[in-house]
Amino acid sequence: MLKLEARPQPSKAMSFASPLLALAITVVIGIVLFMLLGKDPLKGLYVFFIEPIKSGYALSELSIKATPLVLIALGLAVCFRSNIWNIGAEGQFIVGALCAGWMAMQAGPDTSRFIVVLVLLAGVLGGMLWAGIVALLRDRFNANEILVSLMLVYVADMVLSYLVYGPWKDPQGYNFPQTITFAAATKIPRLIDGWRMNIGVLIALAAVAGFWVFLFRTYRGYQLQVGGLAPLASRYAGFSSRSALWTGLLLSGGMAGLAGGLEAAGPLGQLTPHVPAGYGFAAIIVAFVGRLHPVGSIFSAVLMSMFYIGGELAQSRLGLPKSLTGVFQGLLLFTLLACDTLIHYRVRWQSVPAAPSVKPVAAPTQKIREA
Amino acid sequence: MESFALLIAATLNAGTVLAIAGLGLLINERAGIVNLGAEGMMLVAAIAGFATAVHTGNDWLAFGAGAAAGALMAAAFGGLVIWLNTNQYATGLALSLFGAGFSAFAGIQYTQQKLGERPHFEIAGLTDIPFIGPALFRQHPMVYLTIALTVGLAWFLYRSRAGLVLRAVGESPESAHALGYPVRRIRLAAVMTGGALCGVAGAYVSVIYTPLWVEGMIAGKGWIALALTTFATWRPARVLLGAYLFGGVTMLQFHLQGEGVQIPSQFLTMLPYLATIVVLVLISRNATWIRVNMPASLGKPFFPGS
Repeated sequence: MLKLEARPQPSKAMSFASPLLALAITVVIGIVLFMLLGKDPLKGLYVFFIEPIKSGYALSELSIKATPLVLIALGLAVCFRSNIWNIGAEGQFIVGALCAGWMAMQAGPDTSRFIVVLVLLAGVLGGMLWAGIVALLRDRFNANEILVSLMLVYVADMVLSYLVYGPWKDPQGYNFPQTITFAAATKIPRLIDGWRMNIGVLIALAAVAGFWVFLFRTYRGYQLQVGGLAPLASRYAGFSSRSALWTGLLLSGGMAGLAGGLEAAGPLGQLTPHVPAGYGFAAIIVAFVGRLHPVGSIFSAVLMSMFYIGGELAQSRLGLPKSLTGVFQGLLLFTLLACDTLIHYRVRWQSVPAAPSVKPVAAPTQKIREA
Repeated sequence: MESFALLIAATLNAGTVLAIAGLGLLINERAGIVNLGAEGMMLVAAIAGFATAVHTGNDWLAFGAGAAAGALMAAAFGGLVIWLNTNQYATGLALSLFGAGFSAFAGIQYTQQKLGERPHFEIAGLTDIPFIGPALFRQHPMVYLTIALTVGLAWFLYRSRAGLVLRAVGESPESAHALGYPVRRIRLAAVMTGGALCGVAGAYVSVIYTPLWVEGMIAGKGWIALALTTFATWRPARVLLGAYLFGGVTMLQFHLQGEGVQIPSQFLTMLPYLATIVVLVLISRNATWIRVNMPASLGKPFFPGS
């Protein structure tokens, strides 16, 4: 019989191996799924894992998806490390995009290029505002942050819908629910002509470095982590759990808002009801698969972006629904959590003890051993 | 007056969805397990139920398929959480994300399909009573079954031995284990029952409540049902009342629109979500009250022999 046995210390090797193992299991399930659907699994693997990194242009497209995922996951990693469950990053992303979009719409034909800074700043503030509501209600009224942050996703979605169908609708837009196309000056500068990759990539890489320093080289980051791992010890040490709550939520909200701003003024260039693309939810998976570590989130964000692009390609090339992406993303997190058990436990083969021949006599001793 | 009666009828109908799911989650949580995967289970159950109804034309088989889908997903969640000790929040979230993706994937061929004519129900003799008749007695049998389920669950939890054991497992799994109860198997049974009920609720949405399949059609009802268990301080009767309250808020938007109230529809659609936040704030303000009523080991893993 298989039995789990607690390790004396969490295995460091396993914490690296677990995401790879989870990916391997997800790929195996994917291969089976492709075969069940009557598709060539090799072609499936090709569109998911080779095509998205085949050329410079493909990599540029990959970066468009990976950038918001990294940014959001960085903030969420801080939250999850301090045991704050902000799962409404999608809402914070939307409000960030709304605020950035509002700022971008203020620009005229002769606005300076520096407005991009204001646009992104507006995005950050929008995301912080939306997450700040969660922090306030948790802090003042003890309201569960999981449910509040999630409910606010639906609210943000409706605010977006109201604005693009109502007051912000482009008067020359043939009645489509969309805002005007933002002025050229507000466009997030691109890195290479002809490719959509923009300076968001650099911002994300800088943010990774910043979060690494914050988490592992500052006293504040240390306090947050202690608060998550050992709340009582943290209280005894005099670390404020309230300030951890605010820090975690405002940071993650700001990052989600920044991602929203980059998206609105970057690839989108206007606001439509399709601003929410699920990055806020996918980033939860990115954060966990990346081991809640800033550097890890780069790798997991690239992987998740491959799922996104692979899903789109699977639709056009193999005639499979795009929602395959969501299936694989969910599966990956599910298998990852299962594999993570191996960090704290090892699997031991234990032979079942021989059944006692005289039952009434053996029973009491066995009971004591179990207790 | 007539429209008010219809509002009450619609409220009971909408509340039933939340009540079934809420009661299921209540069983989970009484055993000490929080399943944030409710939304995902309901979505998968909704497509399973809808597909079954399309192919067989039998609504009750559809509920059965929904229940089976919910229980199956809950079993996967339970296996991870109870035997592998994974984090309950993260695992539930994984279930919700997977459910959203999988239901969209599986449902793609059903988006344009329609169900046959929906049956009308009335209780002979009672439907003709003015006002009360149309308000209360023209409902789907599931509406009445849900009330019966509430009564039955209250009896089970507080009057039966098995219910006592279930609560013991949620309050103090160590004690229950020491008494010789199979804590983990009881927890799995509770989780699967909860999943099955969430599944019935999901199927009710796609087969009766809004008889069609749209991607993401549960639209947060699973999350609201999760909030309901907290509002209700883990009491079955209060879950039912809370569910009707939220059903009423959901239906109010259509009522107001029908009355020609000049509010953008998006703000009306927001109402149930805002109401959830408001009620959550009002209930949670009193932290001690929540703590006294909450199953003491809610969300905490139990690993015998450690």
